[in-house]
Amino acid sequence: MPHQVPWLIFLLPFLSLIIISFVLRPFFNNRPKLGGYVTIGAIGISFIFSLWVLLEVFATPGHKLDIPDIQWLVIGDLTVQVGLLVDSLTAVMLVVVTLVSLMVQIYSQGYMHGDPGYHRYFAFMSLFTACMLGLVMADNLVFMFLFWEGVGLGSYLLIGFWFHRPSAANAAKKAFIVTRFGDFGFLVAILLLFYNTGTFNIEELHGLAVAGALAGTILTWAAIGIFAGAVGKSAQFPLHVWLPDAMEGPTPVSALIHAATMVAAGVFLVARMFPLFEHSHAALTTVAVIGGFTAIFAASMGLVMTDIKRVLAYSTISQLGYMMLGLGVGGVAVGIFHLFNHAFFKALLFLGAGSVNHSTGTFDMREMGGLRKAMPWTYITFLIASLSLAGIWPLAGFWSKDEVLVYSFANNPILFYLAMITVFMTAFYMFRAIFMTFGGEYRGGAASGHGEHGGGKLHESPMVMVVPMVILAVLSVASGWVNVTGSFSQFLGHGGHVEAHGFIDGFLGILTHPLPLISLLVAGLGIFLAYAMYSAKWISAEAVGRVFKPLHTLFYMKYWFDELYERVIVVRVLVDGIFAALSVFDSRVVDGAVNGVARGTNEASGVMRRAQTGQLQAYGIAIAIGVIAIAVCFYLFS
Amino acid sequence: MSVGLEHYLVLSAVLFSIGLYGVLAKRNAVVILMCIEIMLNAVNIALVAFSRYVVPMLLTGQIFAIFVIVVAAAEAAVGIAIIIAIYRNRQSVDVDKFDLMKW
Repeated sequence: MPHQVPWLIFLLPFLSLIIISFVLRPFFNNRPKLGGYVTIGAIGISFIFSLWVLLEVFATPGHKLDIPDIQWLVIGDLTVQVGLLVDSLTAVMLVVVTLVSLMVQIYSQGYMHGDPGYHRYFAFMSLFTACMLGLVMADNLVFMFLFWEGVGLGSYLLIGFWFHRPSAANAAKKAFIVTRFGDFGFLVAILLLFYNTGTFNIEELHGLAVAGALAGTILTWAAIGIFAGAVGKSAQFPLHVWLPDAMEGPTPVSALIHAATMVAAGVFLVARMFPLFEHSHAALTTVAVIGGFTAIFAASMGLVMTDIKRVLAYSTISQLGYMMLGLGVGGVAVGIFHLFNHAFFKALLFLGAGSVNHSTGTFDMREMGGLRKAMPWTYITFLIASLSLAGIWPLAGFWSKDEVLVYSFANNPILFYLAMITVFMTAFYMFRAIFMTFGGEYRGGAASGHGEHGGGKLHESPMVMVVPMVILAVLSVASGWVNVTGSFSQFLGHGGHVEAHGFIDGFLGILTHPLPLISLLVAGLGIFLAYAMYSAKWISAEAVGRVFKPLHTLFYMKYWFDELYERVIVVRVLVDGIFAALSVFDSRVVDGAVNGVARGTNEASGVMRRAQTGQLQAYGIAIAIGVIAIAVCFYLFS
Repeated sequence: MSVGLEHYLVLSAVLFSIGLYGVLAKRNAVVILMCIEIMLNAVNIALVAFSRYVVPMLLTGQIFAIFVIVVAAAEAAVGIAIIIAIYRNRQSVDVDKFDLMKW
């Protein structure tokens, strides 16, 4: 394979951005379809190249391609090389990102049809995809940080896509600023690593960590700093508050960025730097604990939300917690396997929510209901994705969730119980959403003005939206099967615990183990409870809400985290504390220095201008004395 | 006593100093113009003296003195024209009163 191919994978979407912004938008603004075609073409080719790279990596012994570096910066002794690190982890991420991105772009053609910002939308989507692909292939931390911020920028631009809505503009700012706290940790970690090792190169850092040259407190702090970046990007507790608000963006954006790819970048980052975490027990435990806690914490809020996208948003945070837990207790293969499956079914769920919105004009589930008759395709694909997310055998989610549970059981019983309760909650809130949206009778009708599309007659979405959903549905069923025999884990370099058995044996044999059966039972219970409360109505949801009033309020108010951050951190600490101090510093010290210099100059000039008498002869005397003085000096000192 | 280079140079320096004093100290603009002429002539004496005593085979310094005389004539014409213009404007040739460039 020519080594230009991996470069092209991320340069093509970038080219698409340039074509759309500099050619299509200025000169072909009356033909918006072109922007979509250019983007889909570029990402389609990237997808094909990604598959090629995946096959190539699979065939290479050691599962790593050697791609020559390009010199980027030389500052003194420091040389920054730009290169690509293409190993099994990268190859898997490339395929996931390009595939989901391709599906979302095709879907967007229908969803964004007629939007005045159509070109802008596809330009931003190209930018985001390019940065995401660059991020997964970067071989040094500086390069990676560049793209890391690039995806943050893409996210900001797309959350605030409808910037005329104040809520969208605020959500965009919130997402950018909250993730900034995590990015700060990441940057500090990069500098700390460079200060101690003199290299930014990821593989060299791996080598140093494995060899023990990089160890102890420095390694732990560096790993925790990197994890702080991941916490921000992957919306883990306590920086989770931005993701639910990010749902203000167009729904396909939520599907691509805030479900399948960018939020998974944090998980990817931890996986990429895993040798560092592996050699620091404290850092690895932190990852597992934060992940396990976030999983149950976010799921509890998902239980009571009435906005379908917010349910999915909390579900995403919860599942990202699962991935972190998987990384913390089981290693790269476990976390990335869940990321791989989650990308497909969660993107599908968001596309389904967008399809529902396309028809009803709202995201409020209380105004939906009965949509399964009007939108059969959306219903079936949404149901498949929900079953997969709930972890029902033999769909994709079952396989990866099972691995996380197995490893957490072996590692830490408390985390295992948290994860098990999360399984129950996940099944419950997903089926609550299904019964409220698709079951019963249609309750809406009045255009609420909240959604992205006007209300109207219920209808199935156009083919251009349905086809990507069907493709993703197929993947949501089947993507988990790649690891039935343990081959996916082996590909990702997971030593040990690879059972040599056939596909059929593994496929059916898993049901003979107790743990998967228990998790299936728990998920089934969650589905049954949702059925009892929201479909059959044996139990009144309102009554349950009254009985557990304090708990319901706690969940519904999102544990008051937004209020805590806004009133305490933003208002007290930042506005009244730091900003007020900086304001005083600015007005006293900075302005004082500037004004002082000006006043000093003014007063000095008041004295100095007395010398300017306007008498030419006085100037002449000064010149004459000066010349004589120079001559004397010359005579004396030469 | 034979007259040498030093004598010419002393004469030149004395004339130059008188001229400089006049330029700096006199009030009357016409007198200042005359003093400038004295300074120029002091320079001419020095040029010719150097030419005669240092490089007697070359006439560079003497030719140069003629240039200075030409320029001095032109300068005197321009200078007097300026003085006449100022006089018409302000009815005075006293340079102490021409302090419009003062702050």
